[in-house]
Amino acid sequence: MSDIHLRSALAIAAAIANGETSAREVVTATLKRIDALNPKLGAFTDVTPERALAKADAVDSARAKGEALGPLAGAPFSVKNLFDVKGLPTRAGSKINRTRAPAAVDATLVEKLEAAGAILVGALNMGEYAYDFTGENAHDGPSRNPHDLKHMTGGSSGGSGAAVAGGLTQIALGSDTNGSIRVPSSLCGIFGLKPTYGRLSRGRSFPFVASFDHLGPFARSVADLAASYDAMQGPDAHDPGQAARPFEPTFASLDSGLAGLRIARLGGYFARGGEPDAFEAADRVARALGATKTVELPETERARAAAYLITMVEGGALHADRLRERAEDFDPDTRDRLIAGAMLPGGWVVKAQKLRGWYRAAAAELFRDVDILIAPATPCRAPLIGQKTFRLDGQEMLVRPNMGIFTQPISFIGLPVCAVPVWTEGVKLPIGVQVIGPPWREDLVLRVARALERDGVVSAPIGACA
Amino acid sequence: MSKQEFDPDALIDASLPLLGLTLGADSRAVVKLHLTTAERLSRLVRDFPLDDEAEAAPVYTA
Repeated sequence: MSDIHLRSALAIAAAIANGETSAREVVTATLKRIDALNPKLGAFTDVTPERALAKADAVDSARAKGEALGPLAGAPFSVKNLFDVKGLPTRAGSKINRTRAPAAVDATLVEKLEAAGAILVGALNMGEYAYDFTGENAHDGPSRNPHDLKHMTGGSSGGSGAAVAGGLTQIALGSDTNGSIRVPSSLCGIFGLKPTYGRLSRGRSFPFVASFDHLGPFARSVADLAASYDAMQGPDAHDPGQAARPFEPTFASLDSGLAGLRIARLGGYFARGGEPDAFEAADRVARALGATKTVELPETERARAAAYLITMVEGGALHADRLRERAEDFDPDTRDRLIAGAMLPGGWVVKAQKLRGWYRAAAAELFRDVDILIAPATPCRAPLIGQKTFRLDGQEMLVRPNMGIFTQPISFIGLPVCAVPVWTEGVKLPIGVQVIGPPWREDLVLRVARALERDGVVSAPIGACA
Repeated sequence: MSKQEFDPDALIDASLPLLGLTLGADSRAVVKLHLTTAERLSRLVRDFPLDDEAEAAPVYTA
């Protein structure tokens, strides 16, 4: 089977289950592709071939014995290097953390994906301590956009974007505090799911801003996204922020179509402050969904400001000791933002948290009349690697903190989002759109993403890696 | 505190010993920029009227 990298995770699992190929063959081909392309893409910081081949042999042996295989049996996946991987120090994109003891146990979501049969092949590059929207890393080098290596992947889950868009693994996991799944999804042209805040366990992953940290999957097909998400649901005592929710599967209803769904475009804040490409992509998705209504989430500029402040303060507090003791080992760009965060008055963040409650209620009010909201994911396509500023609405702005202007207000209140990739004929780089649902309705955002994929409005081709 | 009154250098000088941090000259300029941005954004938050009874959401359930 020479086209393994072109196949979806579910297609690989099916091919292994029916004997067309073996898990060992899949993993061997995957490791070979990583070997060939990772020097260009900067996607992986650690590859785990022995572990992956041992797991592959276990899958093949289980099949040979006639045992039941998991839904993702033999499908390769990779994780942002803030997930604990047994035997590796959890570097979280930093120089400092890589001197820590290797993790003794895998992160909860790694365990859950492996319980479904998927095979971990390594850990992925990311922006330092996840305080990043570029995918650049001062210690490990940048992850590069598989659709044009001169351009950013976006971050902070930059390696996740590069691994999936480069066809290195079918599924990757990342984290999203203010947009770190949705931004690389947009810039790399793949699907990314940021579940509802509190849905998936963050057990044994390195935190950034506990108030907003989410974990979730990336994939090149919505079915892979749903299958991996379903496999990762479930309670875990290791995440005190996890909500007590039942298992609410999404896969079975993926092809239910759009019937009965009330879909609206987000206007106001979400219709300004970006390049025309961003709004054209959102328009195209909205049109394809028959969404003629535009609605507003009030006070979004304040919501984004509040998320920005909470991020600064919680980030500064988390790293206070490291800032004091190992300041020279940080990327200066990260360090100086964290230091500023450590200096902000506590009252500001309390007010920001109160505003969060207010904004959440405003969104709930909106969801009385609509089921799905459509908004741009990023204000522009992928900037060049090393680019520090861009012009948005005629204003010169820093790339690193501002690539998330459209994602940050949504994660502020924890709504589930599927980022879907939109392409323009003759343009090399994609741009993403957010399909946003009410709390706990991941099934709806995935269903809408699947309808768009089925109708050819969105797609996630593998990049040429050139 | 109005924009004119905000003095990031004063905040930095007061905070550094409290936090046990030191700053190089290059870093000071960048930290000042981040503090100025934060102060501007904080006004959007601080100026928004909320009841005394409004609850914070430190552990948020959607």
